[in-house]
Amino acid sequence: MGRYVARRLLQMIPVFLGSTALVFAMMYALPGDPVRALAGEQSVDPTQIAEMKKELGLDLPLWHQYWNYLVNLFQGDFGTQIASGRPVADIISESFPITVRLALFAFIFTVVVGISMGVFAGLKADTLRDRGLLVLTLLLISVPSFVLGFLGQYFFAFQLGWVEPNVSIEANSNELILPAVVLGSLSLAYVARLTRTSVAENLRSDYMRTAVAKGLPRRRVIGVHLMRNSMIPVVTFLGTDLGALLGGAVVTEGIFNVKGVGSAVFDALRHREGATVVGIVTLIVVVYLVASLVVDLLYAVLDPRIRYA
Amino acid sequence: MRGAKSAKWVAGAAIIALAATACGGGDSDDNGKAASTEKGKPAGYVSIDVGEPQKPLIPADTNESLGSYVIQSLFTQLLDFDAEGNIVYTNAESVKSTDNKTWTVKLKAGWKFHDGTPVTSESYIKAWNWYANTKNAQQNAFWFEDIKGYADVHPEKGDPKATEMSGLKAVDDTTFTIELNNPVPYYEYKLGYATFAPLPEVFYKDTKAFGQAPVGNGPYIFEKWDHKKLIQVKANPDYQGPNKAKNKGVLFKNYATVEAAYQDLLSGNLDMIRQVGPKDLPKYKQDLGDRAIDQPYAAIQSLVPTFYSKTFKGIDPKVIQGLSMAIDRDTITKTVLNGTRKPATSFTPPGVAGNQDLGTDVFKFDPAKAKQLVKDGGGVPGNKVFIQYNADGGHKEWVTAVCESIRNSTGVDCVPDAKPDFQTDLEARDNDQVKSMYRGGWVADYPLNVNFMRELYGTTAEANNGRFSDKEVDAAFKKGDNAATLDESIKAYQEAEKLVLAKMPAIPLWEYKTNGGYSKSVDNVTVDFHGDYNITDVTVAK
Repeated sequence: MGRYVARRLLQMIPVFLGSTALVFAMMYALPGDPVRALAGEQSVDPTQIAEMKKELGLDLPLWHQYWNYLVNLFQGDFGTQIASGRPVADIISESFPITVRLALFAFIFTVVVGISMGVFAGLKADTLRDRGLLVLTLLLISVPSFVLGFLGQYFFAFQLGWVEPNVSIEANSNELILPAVVLGSLSLAYVARLTRTSVAENLRSDYMRTAVAKGLPRRRVIGVHLMRNSMIPVVTFLGTDLGALLGGAVVTEGIFNVKGVGSAVFDALRHREGATVVGIVTLIVVVYLVASLVVDLLYAVLDPRIRYA
Repeated sequence: MRGAKSAKWVAGAAIIALAATACGGGDSDDNGKAASTEKGKPAGYVSIDVGEPQKPLIPADTNESLGSYVIQSLFTQLLDFDAEGNIVYTNAESVKSTDNKTWTVKLKAGWKFHDGTPVTSESYIKAWNWYANTKNAQQNAFWFEDIKGYADVHPEKGDPKATEMSGLKAVDDTTFTIELNNPVPYYEYKLGYATFAPLPEVFYKDTKAFGQAPVGNGPYIFEKWDHKKLIQVKANPDYQGPNKAKNKGVLFKNYATVEAAYQDLLSGNLDMIRQVGPKDLPKYKQDLGDRAIDQPYAAIQSLVPTFYSKTFKGIDPKVIQGLSMAIDRDTITKTVLNGTRKPATSFTPPGVAGNQDLGTDVFKFDPAKAKQLVKDGGGVPGNKVFIQYNADGGHKEWVTAVCESIRNSTGVDCVPDAKPDFQTDLEARDNDQVKSMYRGGWVADYPLNVNFMRELYGTTAEANNGRFSDKEVDAAFKKGDNAATLDESIKAYQEAEKLVLAKMPAIPLWEYKTNGGYSKSVDNVTVDFHGDYNITDVTVAK
């Protein structure tokens, strides 16, 4: 187990390097010069632009810029934004916490509501309530999240007046609930469907019959025997989903005016702030890697037949 | 019907979801609240949606509108302009010249920076020298190029030879002189641009820290900058200028989208919105009633032919006039642009001195004459034009409509040429890679027709990306620059505009409008010639 974890952690290094190099190269390949763009419609003299680029190290070849970036990164320096002159680390530490909170809320919502709905429907497959769930989740899957976001805003903020339409600057937790629900609803639909199918299938398996025949209480049959075995596909999905929630918050954050990773990355992309984009993407990659490691370890917990050397 | 049904379904799902997480909603205030319920806003303050400034807050390094808003509130230059574009002296007592070459500035006595240090001639001279210096890489350094000795601090190549411009001299604490390279009759107007702000001594100690927490001499004092969220300033109680704040302070709040800002305006969490998004434009006047703002300002959008391109190299101006007449400005501004623009009638917008009726039909829609003019001018090479635009700025719809209009009226094929964003668009303009025309936009820096002529169509002008070059036009501009008085200069430029009309370096399309609005909690919201709100005049409603 320990060796397995160590090996997995070591594997993260090339993935990390590869992904940063890739994002770095992509930012470099994009047309448009961030330094020039600062002047907008007015043109500035080329010597001044050259001077600024030299100062920022943007005149070096790509590999050299990447090398400098890595060297700085290992000293804990994420670089500096071109336009604002602020350290990228500041931007990340401002935007990450709120998105992590939003993603966690969405994640909890997905897990709790999605799994309960799935179990609820799966236990009585092909009944009215099961059909109802299938229709509802189909709707959630097919309605784009910005539609859902605007609808939510319209009903809960303007018609019912339960919440404010936008998340305020303080970003209190109760303000994040609606955006989190919108953000999590797509995954919710998948989780509910996965759980439902898995539960419905496992209900018919031999060990379930055995457990029931042994006369175990129903709570134990469903809570331990059924759930544990039904959770494997769901956990696999949830693991990758956590990363997707972080990265996929762009649209939801835009609608509810949340100043998180989504808006930071979007701004940075628009202004060609390479260092900022690479820094944020790198962190999301790390979240993905850690989440998939946790998923793999959870398999062993859920199904003892799976063991890691 | 189906739409309504699914909406109910989704709402139902969301209600279940909310109930499931055991959170039935937040505070439910009564609707139609008159007073602002804005969180974190001190009493007497007003709020406006102004996004994160691109750069640190240094006057000469800011030329985008978001940063300018904040700079304008913190710094006061020598003079400013009223709604009609007339000069109003703010920090200056007077600005005078007898020969248009040497200007004498008298400052009002007793002015102080927010840190208590006095505003003197030296505050201006030292700041301008610093701004102009190549080493300091200030965006707006070229604004100082008229001043004698600019070439020493900002040579075309290499390091500066001096740190001071010889044209700036302090006479005493409140008087200084500006000597220019050449006479510029309208120079006083230029001094109203935000770049000419003075700086306190504290700036030179740590310019970086200053950019994050500036100390100005303006109507507001900097309080805090919560990056990407808000900038807060409070009214300066000791301010002596005519534009003293009538509110207690301002929150410049950053919104991810214009839609989000609009929603906050409706729900009482925001006082002023600068621009209503396309989604809400059709209904914003209904929502806001007489609190909706719909006002033109001194800015113009045009199509700029690139005279190096295959299409327009050595073209007969008649062809461009024909293309101009092929565009149905009235219909496009009304329908596609939702009435957010006003069709242009000249190369300058109203609101700048010298704006005139050119008495021409070049800006009128006339398909038959358009076709004839294009034909008379020898046609468009390849019978095809491209309009380059940036896809991130909401231009796609009108460019498509303009193309449609050109195609239908003249038979010339017109293809929108989208660049993914403004950066890419600018790069193509800088590198002379525009296929035939690009979308240009220009907001007045100072309210004079000169600003819409010389800066755009002079052979060596900074923003002449169409590479238009015409000896007669240059000569006409020069005549305006050499005029003895401001009035004569404006008149000369009016003459030059007639020449420009004959040469067609651009096709003016429409003037911009501010389509904004404000909440019930504020009054006296007015717009200046830039299209910006006069923040200092805004009062809190009782």
